[in-house]
Amino acid sequence: MDKNSFLFQAMIYLAAAVAMVPVAKKLGLGSVLGYLIAGVLIGPAVFGFIGEEGEDVMHFAEFGVVIMLFVVGLELEPALLWRLRKPIVGLGGLQVLASAVLLAAGAMALGLPWNAALALGMTLAMSSTAIVLQTFQEKGWMKTAAGESAFAVLLFQDIAVIPMLALFPLLAVGGGTSATDSAAHHPSPIGSLPGWAQTLAVLAAVAGIVLAGRYLIKPLLRIVARTRLRELFTATSLLLVVGIAELMELVGLSPALGTFLAGVVLANSEYRHELESDIDPFKGLLLGLFFMAVGASIDFALILAQPWLILGLVLAVMTIKGLVLLALGKLFRLSTDQNAIFGSSLNQVGEFAFVLVAFSVANGIFSTPIADMAMAVVAISMAITPLVMLFNEKILLRRIGTKEAPPAGTDVHADEDNPVIIAGFGHFGSTVGRLLRAHHIGCTILDIDSDQVDRLRRMGFKVFYGDAGRHDLLEIAGAARAKVIVIAVGDAERRLEMIQTVKKHFPDLRIMVRASNRYDAYDLMNEGMLHIYRDTLDTSIRMGVDVMRMLGHRSYSANRAARTFRRYDEQKLKELAAIADEKEYVLTARKYIEEIETILRADLAERDLTQDEGWDEAGLIKEANMARQS
Amino acid sequence: MARILILFAHPALEKSRVHKALLQQMPHVRGVTFNDLYEQYPDLDIDIEREQQLLLRHDTIVFQHPFYWYSSPAIIKQWMDLVLEHGWAYGGEGRMLHGKRLLNVISTGGSAEAYSPQGRNRYPILELLRPFELTARLCGMDYLPPFVIHSTHRISNEELQREAHRYRAALNLLAGHDADTGSLPLQGYLNDLIID
Repeated sequence: MDKNSFLFQAMIYLAAAVAMVPVAKKLGLGSVLGYLIAGVLIGPAVFGFIGEEGEDVMHFAEFGVVIMLFVVGLELEPALLWRLRKPIVGLGGLQVLASAVLLAAGAMALGLPWNAALALGMTLAMSSTAIVLQTFQEKGWMKTAAGESAFAVLLFQDIAVIPMLALFPLLAVGGGTSATDSAAHHPSPIGSLPGWAQTLAVLAAVAGIVLAGRYLIKPLLRIVARTRLRELFTATSLLLVVGIAELMELVGLSPALGTFLAGVVLANSEYRHELESDIDPFKGLLLGLFFMAVGASIDFALILAQPWLILGLVLAVMTIKGLVLLALGKLFRLSTDQNAIFGSSLNQVGEFAFVLVAFSVANGIFSTPIADMAMAVVAISMAITPLVMLFNEKILLRRIGTKEAPPAGTDVHADEDNPVIIAGFGHFGSTVGRLLRAHHIGCTILDIDSDQVDRLRRMGFKVFYGDAGRHDLLEIAGAARAKVIVIAVGDAERRLEMIQTVKKHFPDLRIMVRASNRYDAYDLMNEGMLHIYRDTLDTSIRMGVDVMRMLGHRSYSANRAARTFRRYDEQKLKELAAIADEKEYVLTARKYIEEIETILRADLAERDLTQDEGWDEAGLIKEANMARQS
Repeated sequence: MARILILFAHPALEKSRVHKALLQQMPHVRGVTFNDLYEQYPDLDIDIEREQQLLLRHDTIVFQHPFYWYSSPAIIKQWMDLVLEHGWAYGGEGRMLHGKRLLNVISTGGSAEAYSPQGRNRYPILELLRPFELTARLCGMDYLPPFVIHSTHRISNEELQREAHRYRAALNLLAGHDADTGSLPLQGYLNDLIID
């Protein structure tokens, strides 16, 4: 077997992930640690299935981070981003600044020249977007105070990489080699342009993404959605992310930043949920690959050569970063437990460090031995982050004991956390939605008809494009936190699919479902549905009442008669559902006539339907007559 | 089986401070069946059979409601019109409620002084509740002195809590097997017979 064939490599990575991640999850270690351990196992240190190509894999897998930021952007509406501007600039800026300065001072104390120390300080100030966001999402902490603060810091770091890359060549000792080297390692085709033109290109690219997101991508998604081919939609989502990443590379910006921006632009669109759930598996797989590559890249030979030095450095770096974070968290008024999460989550060195270290070596800022050691420190700090967070969560937080507000669900402000989800927003669903909206009851609406979605959105409804039969989409729509789902789609088959999905994945969600007719209602009853609303029942009864009124019956009596009839009919439905043979009630005309006949006979036998005992004076009159006679 | 049936009527309970406070006492009383009429019959379409069965299983029937227009909310009247059938609750054959007790528990914005010959409402509460008293008599039931909360718009939370506790004490008393209510004089309020 060719050890270097693509399929063999893919098999190794997948097998390692499949073997290790469930174990790690079971042990409560989280998926990130599982991937890292899998990486260590297949790497040169243990089995040696993968070797030098690990770095290529890492480069490829970094795309997972790019996709992740796209997904993060999708979850951040511009308004929310604007609300976060203070933490991004303040918290993020101070974190990078303070960490870089302190770490640089430490490096100088260990005898590095100032320029190398400064470069190293900035490099080590970065945190790992991949690990932190993945872990936070897994634990559902993204919308807690700690999650938002961590996100703000990571976002600022993403932005800060750009000026850093510009600054590093200036730190090079000779300065002479820097220009050529920087051009060589900064593969931006516009690198040769004058400064103002580069700036202009960057601005144009950003504006291009915002405008395209609004006027090009949304209509494109609408067209694609109309084809109703799910894989085409997935392909479009991927194309979107890859395309933007390429554009960003072209102008020398961080691809992650570009896709994040695109995500934010599309956060307001009706296709947001669909995009998110379509692209999520790719994100997860690539991130997993990335973590495995990190695990595989840990140079155990180097570590074993100087174990105490390396471990000491890791400890020093993580302690310094952790203390800076805790101090800033305090300054920005995070509560103790949230601050503990914040401080313990961001104190590793992130994947940007791999880029920055390589860049520094290329620019001759520091030597290869130092770079190797730095790489080892970075990899180890990333590898132990899940352990640090686990220690914090399981031991420290329990000591503090002030873990306020269970993170999932309570401390959230996204308007998707509505108590009601309406699946299908046609004439039926929209009436339900309008009534609820008029009473300020938040509804998350899912509909598959893209024209309908578009029209309703323009009228100010919060409608999303997607099929509520998919559990991932329901998950994103907040089914885990909603109280009720109204299934109002017109297609009986799809209603049954949705019910099965909801029952399987969200057993606590109450289901209220529309039924087209009696047969449909039987099916729904067999599925265990308690709240069934037949399309035709209320309207036809109301019409019957009006007929009675036109024939001279008193309104109130006709109304009471109708309500009695309605109760009786629901009761009859239950009885017939119980005796209906599952295989038999195919929708044939003969069958239908038979059943109508059964029902009509039963109606005639039911005396109570016509005899309203309310306000009946027969007994009184009889008694009065008897009294007179005696 | 000294069981109590509370026929509760408030068309907008979510707006009522007084009745919410009273209802909070329910879990502390044993043997109470709480029948929330507006919740059960939002279209005033009362299930006569169900209500009659409920009545048969209890000895003390309580109408608890705000005192609207010197009377009850519409659903109480609807309930009486439908459930207290001739030949069942009254009339030559109607003896199903004989020996049971009837109690009005009402809240009103007016003060006790307002319901006096000198006050703006001219008649005492007991006079205005005569239709209930007579209903009880026609059905062969003992009519108890009413439990009344006055000045609902001004009553302090402390005062309200005290009344709520009195209500709870009154219900506990009525739930007791040995409660002799036949000797209760029909004057004053049930509130005043409870010693804090």
